[in-house]
Amino acid sequence: MDNQLFTLINIAVMTVVMWITPLQFVPFMIWLERKGSAIIQDRIGPNRAEILGVRLFGMIHNFADVVKLLNKENITPSGSNKFYYWLAPFWSMTVSLLPLLIIPLAAPIMVGGHNIVFQAANFDVGILYVLSITSMGVFAVILAGWASNSKFSLLGGLRSSAQMISYELSMGLAIVGLLMVYQTTQVSAIVENQGALVTAWGHALPLPNWGIFLQPFGFILFLVASFAETNRNPFDLAEGESELVAGYHIEYSSVKFALFFMAEYSNMVVAAFVISTLFLGGYQVPYAPTEVLMAHPHGVLIALCVLVALKGGVLGYIFQVHGERQEGLKGVRKAEPFFFAYLGYGLALAAIVVLFLSFGWTLPDWAPGVMAAVLQLGALLAKVFFFCWLFVWVRWTLPRFRYDQLMRLGWKVMLPLALVNLLVTGLVLLTQK
Amino acid sequence: MIDSQTLLPVSSSKGLEALKPQERKDLLMVNLGPSHPATHGTLRALCALDGETIVAAVTEIGYLHRGFEKDCEAHTFQQCIPYTDRLNYVSAIMNNVGFCKAVERMLAIQVPERAIYIRVITAELNRIIDHLVCAGANLVDIGALTNFWYTFNVREKVYNILEKLCGARLTSSYTRIGGLTRDVYPEFGDEVKAVLKEIRASVKDVQKLIAPNRIFLDRTKGVCIISKERAISYGWTGPTLRACGVEYDLRKAEPYYNYSDFQFDIPVGTVGDVYDRIFIRFYEIEESIHIIEQALGKMPKGPIMTDDKRVALPPKQQTYGNIEGLMNHFKIIMHGICPAPGEVYDFTEAANGELGFYIVADGSKNPYRVKCRPPCFMNFAAFGEMIEGSMIADAVASLGSINIIAGELDR
Repeated sequence: MDNQLFTLINIAVMTVVMWITPLQFVPFMIWLERKGSAIIQDRIGPNRAEILGVRLFGMIHNFADVVKLLNKENITPSGSNKFYYWLAPFWSMTVSLLPLLIIPLAAPIMVGGHNIVFQAANFDVGILYVLSITSMGVFAVILAGWASNSKFSLLGGLRSSAQMISYELSMGLAIVGLLMVYQTTQVSAIVENQGALVTAWGHALPLPNWGIFLQPFGFILFLVASFAETNRNPFDLAEGESELVAGYHIEYSSVKFALFFMAEYSNMVVAAFVISTLFLGGYQVPYAPTEVLMAHPHGVLIALCVLVALKGGVLGYIFQVHGERQEGLKGVRKAEPFFFAYLGYGLALAAIVVLFLSFGWTLPDWAPGVMAAVLQLGALLAKVFFFCWLFVWVRWTLPRFRYDQLMRLGWKVMLPLALVNLLVTGLVLLTQK
Repeated sequence: MIDSQTLLPVSSSKGLEALKPQERKDLLMVNLGPSHPATHGTLRALCALDGETIVAAVTEIGYLHRGFEKDCEAHTFQQCIPYTDRLNYVSAIMNNVGFCKAVERMLAIQVPERAIYIRVITAELNRIIDHLVCAGANLVDIGALTNFWYTFNVREKVYNILEKLCGARLTSSYTRIGGLTRDVYPEFGDEVKAVLKEIRASVKDVQKLIAPNRIFLDRTKGVCIISKERAISYGWTGPTLRACGVEYDLRKAEPYYNYSDFQFDIPVGTVGDVYDRIFIRFYEIEESIHIIEQALGKMPKGPIMTDDKRVALPPKQQTYGNIEGLMNHFKIIMHGICPAPGEVYDFTEAANGELGFYIVADGSKNPYRVKCRPPCFMNFAAFGEMIEGSMIADAVASLGSINIIAGELDR
């Protein structure tokens, strides 16, 4: 197979993978939101829906929701602008799936003379692509708000458009600081840069060269702005449950509502990926850049085995405690937590066995690259999961802003801070030369 | 573009009068309610919006009108008690107490000391859960959902006690004219003390979440202020009036039921904004806990029902054992309680303010007329004026803070 064809297939596969990644995350996010909020609020959370007695700790509720939403009547309100009314949910969903294409999942590796990349599109303009695509998401909200011919949706759409446009500014400026530091807009180059250690005025500091350490203010601004961009509490004014009933998607039912709903969660996943990639080193494992990982395949294998064993052990223990705590259950429902507990323990055991056997192995040529990629993917996912949880955590902790306060924060606090951040970054960079 | 016909519903509001006809053309009419997530029931406020700002607002009531007062005229005094449960269904026992106290005053009946103490304890428990509901739901309106569960989880525990006490969680019908349905169960005191501890913890949790939160402070401080004078002229009572800085609590001003024997303070606000109205409820919960603790310590032994033959059924042995008892039983069951012709107005400090009952008797077993003075009615009357000039989000926060219970408002 010649190299060009291989590259083509590689990119096609990665495109599909990155396209469906947010979709795969959506059920997980919904489950995390429900179970997470239940933990925060001293509740049990969803655990009723089942398939043949299997409940997956509330995960089955997602299937139930899908079935429910598909069976709902698909309403088109009279007086609505039909074309835009139907366009909005599809636009919303499509736009929310696009930005992930430029996120690298792991460093490129060589296998059998072929270069495999784990990034669908390595644009030179990288970050600008993310900004431009996410800012198109606002159209869906405006269209939905205006086209559904309802006063509450109109108010929701207005709120949302003003909010997204205001916060995009500070978001963009927060990223500019990052660009000044890394001197590139290419996402893969930014991530590669983050593998080193921080150097300040010629001294190396014991910190990874991550955006969060180089641009702490930029990180906070970007984080806040991405909360606003994803319309999450405390910035969920566009939906504003208690004020605007459901905001811009008040008139949507059935699949069209499901699309809005999924888009909201997939936006969150995208935001988590983007923050992790730009500010937390992306796929980089702290203190172990790609070359180090490639050079020590045995070390990587040991690390993988230890991590898997730990993960399996902890998860197994959690499931076991959960199973033992529940009383008065019978059959599948009683057995379910223990099944997962033994699965976790089994995984841990297998990892430990592999760990001991591996000392005698000579690893094949392709192994260092693949194992490094797996470890790096794990590192990225760990960061992404943390931010997913952060989104849930914040939502169930903070009250909602009022419209004018939101605008004040955006224009009078965040924008000046972002500008000051740029100035300081520039001055520091000048003195470093 | 909007014509005067569309603005007709809010034409009576002061906010609209201040606008020139030219400025009125850009307004947007929005209907907050009767079915809206923030109304917690069926309330309605017609608002004319300029952007997000409410320029003019007019409230409308009557969506939960059940004819409580008219129903009472067709029922005996005893039969009215279950209807009072449905007035302020968040603190049902306080309504029972209020109604029975009015009838007892009419009949000049002295309720036994033990019954009074139990009434005070259960009423204060109801005040606590009413305040918890109000604060929790208000915080939901502001967007802080988690607090709702922190307050409602303990409320459920109070309901467990009330269920053990009178068999129902929400509609308790616990009092009778002249006393109570039944005495407290033996572990009552300990269980109440345990629950009070949990209430303290949950109130502390909620305060920890909101008190230092900048977003919460911005959303509530200085929002929808109502001045002392306006509040008094609207006839406000209870925590909402005290939040404006008026130290007026019927438990101190017109002490009834041994309230003068208990040590407790009346928390008073300073500004009269949403923040004051939320926090005054937290402080009142603390004071109610004090009262309950004192009352549990002082509760005497003895009967829980008066021995006045006009209202109290005789013991079963006497009903079946001698003719006087049988006749007494027959008279009360068949002819009911018949107060002498006359009228009475009596009031208690319910969770939302002064809950008054005006009862006219014509000598028959049914009241000739019952008029309830619900505290919510006066609070809601001021709502339109309060929200004019503020934003939708403020209106929602404010509606939660004045704790409108539609069952009591519309009766």
